Amino acid sequence: MSTAVAVSHSTEDDWKQPSRGMVGMACLIAAESAIFIIFVIAYIFYTGKSLTGPTPREVLDLPIFSTVCLLSSSITVHFAVHQLRAGKIGQCSAWLAGTVLLGGIFIGSTAKEWYELIYHHGLTIRTNLFGTTFYSLVGLHASHVIAGLIMLSLALIFSLQGKVNAHHAERLEVLSVYWHFVDAVWVVVFTVVYVLGR
Amino acid sequence: MATHTPRRHGGVFDVLQEWITTVDHKKIGLMYIGYALIFLVVAGAEALLMRVQLAVPNNHFVSPQTFNRLFTMHGTTMVFFVGMPILFGFGNYLIPLMIGARDMAFPRLNAFSFWISAFGGFLLYFSYLAGSGLYGAGTAPDVGWFAYAPLTSRVFSPGHSTDYWTLSVLLSGVGSIGTALNIVATALTMRCRGMKLSRMPLLVWLYVVTSCIAFIAVSPLTAAQIMLVIDRYLGGHFFDTQAGGSAVLWMHFFWIFGHPEVYILVLPAFAFANEIIPVFSRKAIFGYPAMVAATVAIGFISMGVWAHHMFTVGLGPEANAFFTFSTMVIAVPTGIKIFNWLATMWGGSIRFATPMIFSIGFLFQFLIAGLTGVMLAASPFDWQLGNSYFVVAHFHYVLVGAILFMIFAAFYFWYPKITGRMMSETLGKWHFWLFVIGFHMTFDFMHVPGLLGMPRRIYTYEADRGWGGWNMIVSIGAIFQTAATLIFVYNLIRSYYKGEEAGPDPWDAWTLEWSTSSPPPSYNFAEIPTVHSRRPLWDLKHPDDPDTNYE
Ligand SMILES: [Cu+2]
Repeated sequence: MSTAVAVSHSTEDDWKQPSRGMVGMACLIAAESAIFIIFVIAYIFYTGKSLTGPTPREVLDLPIFSTVCLLSSSITVHFAVHQLRAGKIGQCSAWLAGTVLLGGIFIGSTAKEWYELIYHHGLTIRTNLFGTTFYSLVGLHASHVIAGLIMLSLALIFSLQGKVNAHHAERLEVLSVYWHFVDAVWVVVFTVVYVLGR
Repeated sequence: MATHTPRRHGGVFDVLQEWITTVDHKKIGLMYIGYALIFLVVAGAEALLMRVQLAVPNNHFVSPQTFNRLFTMHGTTMVFFVGMPILFGFGNYLIPLMIGARDMAFPRLNAFSFWISAFGGFLLYFSYLAGSGLYGAGTAPDVGWFAYAPLTSRVFSPGHSTDYWTLSVLLSGVGSIGTALNIVATALTMRCRGMKLSRMPLLVWLYVVTSCIAFIAVSPLTAAQIMLVIDRYLGGHFFDTQAGGSAVLWMHFFWIFGHPEVYILVLPAFAFANEIIPVFSRKAIFGYPAMVAATVAIGFISMGVWAHHMFTVGLGPEANAFFTFSTMVIAVPTGIKIFNWLATMWGGSIRFATPMIFSIGFLFQFLIAGLTGVMLAASPFDWQLGNSYFVVAHFHYVLVGAILFMIFAAFYFWYPKITGRMMSETLGKWHFWLFVIGFHMTFDFMHVPGLLGMPRRIYTYEADRGWGGWNMIVSIGAIFQTAATLIFVYNLIRSYYKGEEAGPDPWDAWTLEWSTSSPPPSYNFAEIPTVHSRRPLWDLKHPDDPDTNYE
């Protein structure tokens, strides 16, 4: 470093910058939102344009119960972060377990819905435009739920093993922001597919 | 300069392992630049083959099928595997150094993003070997770089060439989002003490805006590629007109990406100009806040202009009027920038070193590119010239005349920092003048056959059209550009071994990257610096008259 020009190293008062994880997650959410918006636009654009049946009105039921489960999992994950920050690892594990359970119920009922659509109503991704756009949009969301569930389960395993402490609260919070995003997307998907699209 | 880890010397495998497993932003930046340069040579060779084919009428140098593959591969490669990686490469290398950080915010994500987009580029060219699959159909993709439906459907693109195209673009998109995320997180959370956002170098500001555009613009392309994969592999109907799908929807999705992509590529070029022009004019940049504001404005407006690529589809009078207007509005913030650069040079004591003369070339050429852009923005004018060589000339004026010129300037400017040695000024001047001559022969004269009605993407033309002479001039210009580029590559290699020692600050510049040794140690700064103004090195060199007095 002998050749280098030195720069003054005196301290400026209080130097605070935003959290790395949060900024990163915000960017990821911006990019993901753009992907979802394109799929939602495609869904809306093709609503009612299928040349053959079945139509959404004939085969779709409102998934009220699973929606309630998914939305409440946002609350449980929030409490998990809250408890971790307070250093209550046991409580945190319990809330995480609740979150994973509620998310699991949501994915389970999506699986059941798809099973019925495919085997009882004969709607596949190839059947018509409705099938193509429906499975793509709902499937894109479901894949995000699954990714979130995997990460939440890992967090749960770590906290059960006692490898988690209050210092990890910020990381769990970043994960919880992702989970809130997945829930918010579901509100849009629910409105577009099951309310307006029918 | 000792590296901080003791290392066994000699083995090729050790070096290889060091580079493959690295998470250092400088090494990743250099790998980005290196792989972009390789693809630049490949895609440049493709352009050269096309120019040979078009130099004279009724030519049979390459077959029509080969010609279709050439322009598809040339466009795709230049945009996704030259433009994006070379700009991300410079961003990766420079941003942490300029903000006084030791690395990017997420070093491992950085390595992941690099390798995934490098793999995308590899897949694209692997199609030459594997594209035909079992069908005996064509090899490399031949659907054009914007791959309009229904050309990409299984019926019209049997075999796997289009799949390779889709997957490679998809992977490049994932990598771009990862790097863009990293850039924003680095700039917002890793700045050294005292570097408020209002003191951040303009280069970093522009990269942040570029990255934000990438989130909103590259993601739609990723979404559209997912849809195309669903159509081709799962039998979906997104772009299948037989089942009620829409070919125009693909056009919208593609250009929602495609237009902002121009800004993703040109903003880093502006970023280089923002750093280079002041240093060689010996003045601080004129209108820093206006530059930031104009950049943000460009970012927003660029989201609402995409359908100017679709005037010939027949969008209806309202949409035509809207997109004509919004496109012309972009000229305002762009004009502000050009004004600010000129004002920076005005009254300065300009040093005409190679980085500066490339920047001056950029200024003039970008102005002309903007003017033909305003012409094409007028939808009735576009109906006449849409899909003609006038359009090809216009966008190459932006991509080559503006972006590539600034990339060359950036090489001459930062090469001493990266290697510790100066590039040869004599060779640099040769490079510049040959390239300027070649550029203007090719792309000034390319406007003319466009005005005379020559459509793009035709593999040959009749002798009685009157396009022959013009095309000959265009092709001769390509030879000049090739020669100039070879001189540049030679200069890069020669200077690495024989260049003059650069020292930490050869240009007497003002931003933090010049405060550390050249090349910088792996930890960048022995001690993290503290800054008090936009030009920390000025303050240091002129303690009697620091910038802090004027901020
Ligand atoms: Cu455009």
